[in-house]
Amino acid sequence: MSLGAAEAAITVAEDHGGGVWREAFKRLSRNPAAIIGAVLIALFLFVAIFADWLAPYTALAPDLKQIKGPGHIPGPTAEHWLGLDDQGRDLLSRIILGARQSLLVGVVSLLFGMIGGIILGLLAGGLGGWFDTGVMRLVDMMLAVPGLLFAIGIAAMLGEGLLAVMIAIGVVNVPVFARLLRGQMLAQREADYAMAAKSLGVKRRRVILGHVFPNSLTPVIVQGTLTLATAIIEAAGLAFLGLSGADPSIPEWGRMLAESQRHLAIAPQLVIAPGLAIVLAALGFTLLGESLREALDPKYRR
Amino acid sequence: MTDDVLMSVRGLKVHFPIRKGVLVDRVVGHVRAVDGVDLDIRRGQTYGLVGESGCGKSTLGRAMLRLVEPTDGTITFDGTDVRALKTEPMRLLRKRLQMVFQDPLASLDPRQSVESVLTEPLRTHGFPGKPADRVRELLDVVGLPANAAGRYPHEFSGGQRQRIGIARAIALNPDLIIADEPVSALDVSIQAQIVNLLEDLQEQLGLTYVVVAHDLAVVRHVSDTIGVMYLGSIVEESPSDDLYAEPLHPYTIALMSAIPIPDPVVEERRERILLTGDLPSPANIPPGCRFHTRCPFRQTTRCADEVPSLREIRPGRKVACHWSEEIVSGRIQAAASSHDPTATEVGAPV
Repeated sequence: MSLGAAEAAITVAEDHGGGVWREAFKRLSRNPAAIIGAVLIALFLFVAIFADWLAPYTALAPDLKQIKGPGHIPGPTAEHWLGLDDQGRDLLSRIILGARQSLLVGVVSLLFGMIGGIILGLLAGGLGGWFDTGVMRLVDMMLAVPGLLFAIGIAAMLGEGLLAVMIAIGVVNVPVFARLLRGQMLAQREADYAMAAKSLGVKRRRVILGHVFPNSLTPVIVQGTLTLATAIIEAAGLAFLGLSGADPSIPEWGRMLAESQRHLAIAPQLVIAPGLAIVLAALGFTLLGESLREALDPKYRR
Repeated sequence: MTDDVLMSVRGLKVHFPIRKGVLVDRVVGHVRAVDGVDLDIRRGQTYGLVGESGCGKSTLGRAMLRLVEPTDGTITFDGTDVRALKTEPMRLLRKRLQMVFQDPLASLDPRQSVESVLTEPLRTHGFPGKPADRVRELLDVVGLPANAAGRYPHEFSGGQRQRIGIARAIALNPDLIIADEPVSALDVSIQAQIVNLLEDLQEQLGLTYVVVAHDLAVVRHVSDTIGVMYLGSIVEESPSDDLYAEPLHPYTIALMSAIPIPDPVVEERRERILLTGDLPSPANIPPGCRFHTRCPFRQTTRCADEVPSLREIRPGRKVACHWSEEIVSGRIQAAASSHDPTATEVGAPV
């Protein structure tokens, strides 16, 4: 024991670290891509949440007096920074209000996808056997269908409504999360700490739920950040194709793109503005997601 | 030597099926990781298991605790037929059987604080008294500061992590601890500390150990009895000192001849026995004596077609070789194999 005391006397690092996530945040704060992503997301969230106060023109009803004849679309002015659309509505206000819609659809459909995927992945990875095989073949089938096409099919099947769109996008993302979590759990189940827990006599269910599952979640959370970006794009894509589900008076970036494409030649700002909004929102989540993945990956640790 | 056997293993086999096929899995063969092992682990003693990488010693250690399910054989622990136990009684028995792992970091859940690691066995099986007191006591016993309780595994050094692993193993006052390469992942300077800690604990708590290792020096230091494994089976079993003084099995002789002697004059004259060829695959174990394909003492009769049994040729010394007596007496000499380009020295410890 005297020898033991010698080594133990070399005390461990002073800071009271909180594990993997704290270290990851330290690395994130040094990564410019992560900071740009975080700023974009913060801006997007801020605009979406305070849209009613931020939008310079609350009335979104068409103001046809501004339109001086067919085909006339007023460009940017001091009163209307981005100009007006073909019905005399302030474009900036519509982009701002559209942010809320995109965030709502993105987050809710992501939650549907993640919850569904986590339940399936947890059962497949935890139970194994024929259930695992069955779930994974189903997941393979779902992944074989192109995402947007699959979403259109489900949205069309469920009928009109915002919820239908959210469910459609959610279902498309279920297999991604299910497969990721299941694979991670299979790997973690073989880890020494899982065998150590078993050798202590910890019940199988507790080994899976208390040790294997929490240690398998990290990549799922990273994937969630990345999927939020694609969910926003998919929502816009569905809306572009006429499956927005929402009240037509509520601005939606994808639908704004669709409605303004016939004015592309005379008023390109009507297409560029919502397009850029979609790109920036998606970019923000992609940058942060990728940086998070890097920060949590042990191979990148220094 | 007393006859107080704590765990007895008979004919233990662990065979892993090799599967092939796209739609329907077909079993095309078996990896015979452990292939018929008999062991008697005596109470309060240390049994050392040595052998090359891939000889099945770790699998054997895990199979003895049913962490890997054996294919065949019996395990008797303190009168209980371990393999006959259903899930729940087996789970309850586990508090008397513990394990220390090779990689201390991998064997600790990265999300668990040390306190949580050490209270888990207490919560699982129940323990009299306050868990916090027991945690402090355990940390003290393994030589860690009390403030370690709130920290996470990645904040510790390798040796400290192994102390945590050992504290977890002794938390419930077990009878038997199987230590799977307990020091091989540690710096040489730390190894001695962990070995001494294990020995101190054995004395204080009356523990019985099975120490699995490939480092002959470590095993010699801690073991009372040593079993030498080759390709899934025990080829020699002897009291530790006898084994090192006079190895009986050709494989053990080759292993021992690979140990450098810390005396330049003697070392210069050290005769090394080189083994030819590679370790055969455990999926394709040679017939007859499993060592005959590499044995420098191979004879034209018996070796290739008759499986040698583990027989006691001297009191307490068992060997699985048809020709042990002749080899030991010098009537059979090792074939000169040093000119063979495929000759390899086995298991030389660093």
